[in-house]
Amino acid sequence: MPKFTLHINGLQKVIDTEPDTPLLYVLRDNLELNGPKFGCGLSQCGACMVLVDGSAVTSCMRPVASIGDSKITTLEGLASENGKLHAVQDAFNQEQAAQCGYCLNGMVMASVGLLNDNPNPNDSEIRDALQLNLCRCSAHTRIIQAVKTASKNLSGK
Amino acid sequence: MIELSKTSRRKFLRDIGYISVGFPLLSSCFGEQDPVVAARVNYEGDLPGSMRNASKVNAWLHVLEDGRVMVFSGKVELGQGIRTAIRQVAAEELDLELDQVEVHLAETGVTPDEGYTAGSSSVPNSAMSVRYAAATARQKLLELASAKLNIAEEDLILYNGKVKSKKSNQSLNFAEILEGAQIDMEVTKPVPLKIKSGYRYVGKAIPRKDIEKMVRGEEVYIQDLRFPGMVHARVLRPAGYQSKLVKVDDSGLSTAISGIIKTVVNGSFVGVITDREYQAVKAEVYLRKHSEWTPSPSFPKQETLFAHLKSIAEKPQSIRNEGDITTTPNGTDTFKASYTKPYLKHGSIGPACGIAMYDGEILHIWSHSQGIYPMRRAIAAMLKMEQEKLHVIAIPGAGCFGHSTADDAAADAAILALSYPGKHIRVQWSRHDEHTWDPYGTAMIMELEASLDANGKIKTWKTDVWTDSHSMRPDNDPATLLDTRYLENPVQLKGRGYLGGGHRNADPYYSIPNMQVNAHFFNGPLRVSSLRSLGSYTTIFSIESFMDELAEKAGKDPLEFRLAHLEDARAIAVIHKIQEMCNGEKLEEGEGIGYAFSRYKNTTAYATAAAKVSVDRASGTIKLLKMWAAVDVGEIINLDGIINQIEGGMLQAASWTLKEEVTFEDNKITSSDWRKYPVFRFSDIPEVEVAMIDRPNEAAEGGGEVSMPPTGAAIANAVYNACGKRVYDLPITAEKILG
Repeated sequence: MPKFTLHINGLQKVIDTEPDTPLLYVLRDNLELNGPKFGCGLSQCGACMVLVDGSAVTSCMRPVASIGDSKITTLEGLASENGKLHAVQDAFNQEQAAQCGYCLNGMVMASVGLLNDNPNPNDSEIRDALQLNLCRCSAHTRIIQAVKTASKNLSGK
Repeated sequence: MIELSKTSRRKFLRDIGYISVGFPLLSSCFGEQDPVVAARVNYEGDLPGSMRNASKVNAWLHVLEDGRVMVFSGKVELGQGIRTAIRQVAAEELDLELDQVEVHLAETGVTPDEGYTAGSSSVPNSAMSVRYAAATARQKLLELASAKLNIAEEDLILYNGKVKSKKSNQSLNFAEILEGAQIDMEVTKPVPLKIKSGYRYVGKAIPRKDIEKMVRGEEVYIQDLRFPGMVHARVLRPAGYQSKLVKVDDSGLSTAISGIIKTVVNGSFVGVITDREYQAVKAEVYLRKHSEWTPSPSFPKQETLFAHLKSIAEKPQSIRNEGDITTTPNGTDTFKASYTKPYLKHGSIGPACGIAMYDGEILHIWSHSQGIYPMRRAIAAMLKMEQEKLHVIAIPGAGCFGHSTADDAAADAAILALSYPGKHIRVQWSRHDEHTWDPYGTAMIMELEASLDANGKIKTWKTDVWTDSHSMRPDNDPATLLDTRYLENPVQLKGRGYLGGGHRNADPYYSIPNMQVNAHFFNGPLRVSSLRSLGSYTTIFSIESFMDELAEKAGKDPLEFRLAHLEDARAIAVIHKIQEMCNGEKLEEGEGIGYAFSRYKNTTAYATAAAKVSVDRASGTIKLLKMWAAVDVGEIINLDGIINQIEGGMLQAASWTLKEEVTFEDNKITSSDWRKYPVFRFSDIPEVEVAMIDRPNEAAEGGGEVSMPPTGAAIANAVYNACGKRVYDLPITAEKILG
């Protein structure tokens, strides 16, 4: 099987797998990372989101062969080395913005991606950025609040 | 080690204190003041059903070696926060810090058999059982400590895991009191419960510890479990409900796809085991292409579904018949309306997963089933094994909202594990299978008929409800598991499950002198089981839509009309609360507010919902702007937990109301992914405001389902008030506004 060198959470990882294997399966099955979740395999729900060079994208349909030198960050790679949570993680916890939490990975990654681009999003920009992400428990209003709280904390307001 | 040094430091300081300055002064200086221990009052009420088969303290809690407490619950964590609620009540009665309590959720042979985690019963059953067991344990720990220390009970304080003397330095932690034993005594009445005014945790908004783990990616779901040497599998579901396998050709499989371990064929059950997960995904696609199935008969036409359901219904059963509904008042009309609701999906974000390993003697199963003991009975019957040979461990899954596919995935894994012993086999369902093989919430029809008296009060009421079963949960009948119906010697369903869920809340909670309710049961074309709030969502959608229509006929304000038919003070209070919340809400052109009330099951929690919408008459577009709920669940355990449940329940029910419908054509379910079965996304989300009425002296009712039923009708009534169009057929879409 071909080998792929991936940059994940600041580390280089060499993976032996078929080239059509989607990134999600490499992360979960080969690298044993539990952050990204399998939700649909169709890029319709956002549960599998990761950051590719700082932008939030789904990983369930993205073949490992297409990743190249891009820097991948998963939920596990957001907190700093001393364990301090990213402002978005902190805000989701503070706002108790989850029920079952299965979609939470995607919600957090999409929010981090948004705030990377736009540190002070308004309500409709937050909704647009999270439009792909489904939450069946329907913690949406808390999630929107968490993004606002994170934005506020990041900008030190 | 750290604990010990802390303890000895405190002891050292206290020893010094005695010698030099005296206890009281030192206590205040060093924070060592005796805590105020809340008084206890004797509870003489009923014990929960869960205690019937688990009546001893040690069924519900153990003291750990370090003196902390492990609480056992037969319930499963599904995102409802039950672990936190149980931790709160245990810590409360035992006067512990919250982190001195661990919660062990359902596992066969370890926790009590509490049936299913369903029907908003986790707080009234599991949390209350833990409350009574913990209170009993506290009393016993005091008695034992008293004997051990030779100090009278009234001179002892039990607090934060220690029993200590008020007059000396002597103290024992719980483990030291029990010396390795557990409290093997019956919980009997009266139970000495903490007085509610002394609560430290119950009723407060206690943050869930698992959410911090979730944001770190450390919360372990069934899908995240890994075992050394674990292998992956997928199951090829039949081409349709009644399809049979004609042939499957796996001769080229190993050449086409790497990592193939085994194909397992048993009747029309086809599973494939691989090294890696994505290999299993590809193998399933390959086998689909290389298999042949008999066609399943066609479904009825979607356009004529409801006529079809009526045509196959059995003779009606009388559910309630009071007074004489033929007594129509002079000079008044009888009003009629008919409502329909389509099949709805559970729509879990995490498709089902099951893991099993057969060690040659015991079949171990890890599952996110809502009922691991009943599922064990079903899987044992399917495999013709003794129940005791199956060990089932509940692991959290994604929110499932009723009986979905978790048990079926566990059954898949169990079958495969027996054919490949010694390895952990992980079966993951696809989104397609999750969407097309889900046991849906059934389609329903409600026909209502009522008359008003001269004062504009309801004189007669008649409900006719058409419904399929509302629970086909696994238990003794193995055919409740999908696989049983496709194995080599297939077994078909014997029973119809729980039909009563179909007429839940079909009799209005209003004072009406003459009332009749009839249920017409049918065995419908799609696989069905329990969906959050069962029939209540549809019965209340219909009743509360009709109440608005009757109020209009009577020339009354909709909420005043409801109040005129209510006697229950708690029901009246949630309506008054919603009036207060929505008072002064401004409406623009094309906007409307609607209300609806229900008491869940007519016996548990109360909720009034309000919705504000805008409707564009030209395009029919409905925009949900805001929703409110005023809710009374009796005693509140976790204030933030219950608000989270109410908010989520309203939004999920709003999604059902405005978006959702399972579709089918010929012999296929066509709503097979999120594009073909749209649900609420962020652009659809309104503002939500919830007010809780706390009643600490009333029984604690579950709140997982209470907000769903009134939400649908509140939206329908708001749409009518916004644009004058009443929609009787769910979902309420632009097409129906224009139609």
